[in-house]
Amino acid sequence: MSTQTHGSDGARDGGAGHPPNSEILRLEDVGKSYGNVHALRGVSLSVRQGEITCVLGDNGAGKSTLIKVIAGLHQHTDGHLVVNGEEVRFTSPRDSLERGIATVYQDLALVPLMSIWRNFFLGSEMTTGFGPFKRLDVKRMTVIADEELTKMGISVPDLERPVGALSGGQRQCIAIARAIYFGAKVLILDEPTAALGVKQSGVVLKYVAKARDAGLGVIFITHNPHHAYLVGNHFVILNRGNVSLDRSRADITLEQLTNEMAGGSELQALSHELSAPGQTPEPAAALAASRQTGR
Amino acid sequence: MSTSVSTPSASPPALRAKDDRVKTRSLTSRLLSRPEIGSLIGAIAVFVLFVVVAPTFRQPASLATVAYAGSTIGIMAVAVALLMIGGEFDLSAGVVVTTSALAASTFAYQLRLNLWVGILVSLLLALAIGAFNGWLLMRTGLPSFLITLGTFFMLQGLNLGVTKLLTGGVSSDSVADMDGFASAQAVFASTIQVGGVGVRITVLWWILFVALATWTLLRTRVGNWIFAVGGDDAAARAVGVPVRKTKIGLFMTVGFCGWFVGMHQLFSFDSIQSGGGVGQEFIYIIAAVVGGCLLTGGYGSAVGSAIGALIFGMTSLGIVYAGWDANWFKLFLGVMLLLATIVNLVVKNQAAKR
Ligand SMILES: Nc1ncnc2c1ncn2[C@@H]1O[C@H](COP(=O)(O)OP(=O)(O)OP(=O)(O)O)[C@@H](O)[C@H]1O
Ligand SMILES: [Mg+2]
Repeated sequence: MSTQTHGSDGARDGGAGHPPNSEILRLEDVGKSYGNVHALRGVSLSVRQGEITCVLGDNGAGKSTLIKVIAGLHQHTDGHLVVNGEEVRFTSPRDSLERGIATVYQDLALVPLMSIWRNFFLGSEMTTGFGPFKRLDVKRMTVIADEELTKMGISVPDLERPVGALSGGQRQCIAIARAIYFGAKVLILDEPTAALGVKQSGVVLKYVAKARDAGLGVIFITHNPHHAYLVGNHFVILNRGNVSLDRSRADITLEQLTNEMAGGSELQALSHELSAPGQTPEPAAALAASRQTGR
Repeated sequence: MSTSVSTPSASPPALRAKDDRVKTRSLTSRLLSRPEIGSLIGAIAVFVLFVVVAPTFRQPASLATVAYAGSTIGIMAVAVALLMIGGEFDLSAGVVVTTSALAASTFAYQLRLNLWVGILVSLLLALAIGAFNGWLLMRTGLPSFLITLGTFFMLQGLNLGVTKLLTGGVSSDSVADMDGFASAQAVFASTIQVGGVGVRITVLWWILFVALATWTLLRTRVGNWIFAVGGDDAAARAVGVPVRKTKIGLFMTVGFCGWFVGMHQLFSFDSIQSGGGVGQEFIYIIAAVVGGCLLTGGYGSAVGSAIGALIFGMTSLGIVYAGWDANWFKLFLGVMLLLATIVNLVVKNQAAKR
């Protein structure tokens, strides 16, 4: 949209020189409890058009919970969710989709027994004809699914094949291709590169950058600070449901980001431990040692 | 900075290199991967068996009777199959037939109304029972097996209790001389001459319902949603499929078909036994499973359920035509169920490998 950067060099420039883009989605002090588990506490976050907001954090930090609130799968128990300047409370994923927010979930992907093209368009099927003769536009859907998957660089010989017969990475690619195709304003990706090979990860990152350049607001969740730093404009680290860091790209280096993610000093202790000579040949001993230091 | 991944500079659309490890599937393997293939093989085997052992079986009139027997099971089995593809069971599917018939006849009889009023009230009741099953399922998250087991007993008790209360017996009052009987009989229970052979009208309704269900499953959005909610309802919900509406709609479809068969039973005679329908739910489920529906949901076909019902019709009558003791029928049914499911499994695995 307003950006003139493209592809991988755009990934390097990041959002450093961008004019302030309009905010498309905002969270204010959002909290979410599962019964007595407080998965999110006072999380504030802002997603702008043409920017990639990376959310990082340890396992169980609340990243997936955060995106499920935005995607309408869960409802927040505290705070406000503002989309396009309007406070909303999504009661179903449909509400979220209708506002142009598309999501790739970490744990909810595709229906294994259904064919590739049916999965691709599930919930947003194309139809043709009127009244009682309204029917699925199978031809158009297969053509589009084929095109979109080809763009992602995965080859599937037969779109009628059930998704269950594909590899985990291929499935992930289909879910991502689908979200990119349907994400009109905001694209949310929950650890999209976790199951992917190096090449596919690269393709996904390129597409994330492309979506940004097309003016979408992107929320990119990952464990990998390298991936995050390649494309991110803004970094948010979640720690036990709280935001422990919120910086724009200009204010942080990759090293700092990696450090912050791992909890800084903890990582140093770990690297010290792992590099200590004499202990490496016996992993069990190393484990025992780390247990003792942990106490 | 050092990165573990570099974005490839080649443009992805050029990557249309076909993966040479996967061959395009042949037509035969595609055919073999259809859910109804196992039941089709079974149906042919049963047909050939009875054609050989029972000469009467070969006559057109006998075949019409077989089709009729198939239709009374099949109209329900197609709805039960849709529900199973959607991942749920309905154990009340047998007694709801009796409930519908009793409701229609009793309502019209007690209030001295035109039978069509009773028929309409009964339709609403059957749909409401289905909606209740579906609503309670979505509300509580309990397995449909338990919920519909509850409705099964409730309806059974209501059928017997209300009939006893109103008539003092176990069968509803005769509606043969009431207004609307003739026209209702024409719709639900008449016989049409096709080339000198009398074909019951339920056979035509059955064909229509199966065709509609097949169209819905394979060519409409709702069909896509049915497969999705049965295959993985959480994933389906996450992409915006209206899971609740789809499941409630499926239970209501079972209610509708139960109502239809109930009307057929009522107007085939003129009264109905209040204890009927018990145990039929398993026959419907067997027909659906023999027809290729997975018990776990997300897979199956409407045509398969029809073939399953036809196998049932052929067997129940074939045993009689062959002059065998009808007591063997249940044994045959059980063997058929096991064989068909094993064949389905083997064929499916084979087809997936090709
Ligand atoms: N449905 C649920 N019911 C109860 N607790 C839940 C539920 N989902 C998540 N939690 C809890 O909420 C916390 C945050 O979980 P979440 O899935 O958001 O973590 P995450 O940051 O996505 O972790 P990961 O990196 O492993 O994906 C965890 O403590 C988890 O146990
Ligand atoms: Mg997660």
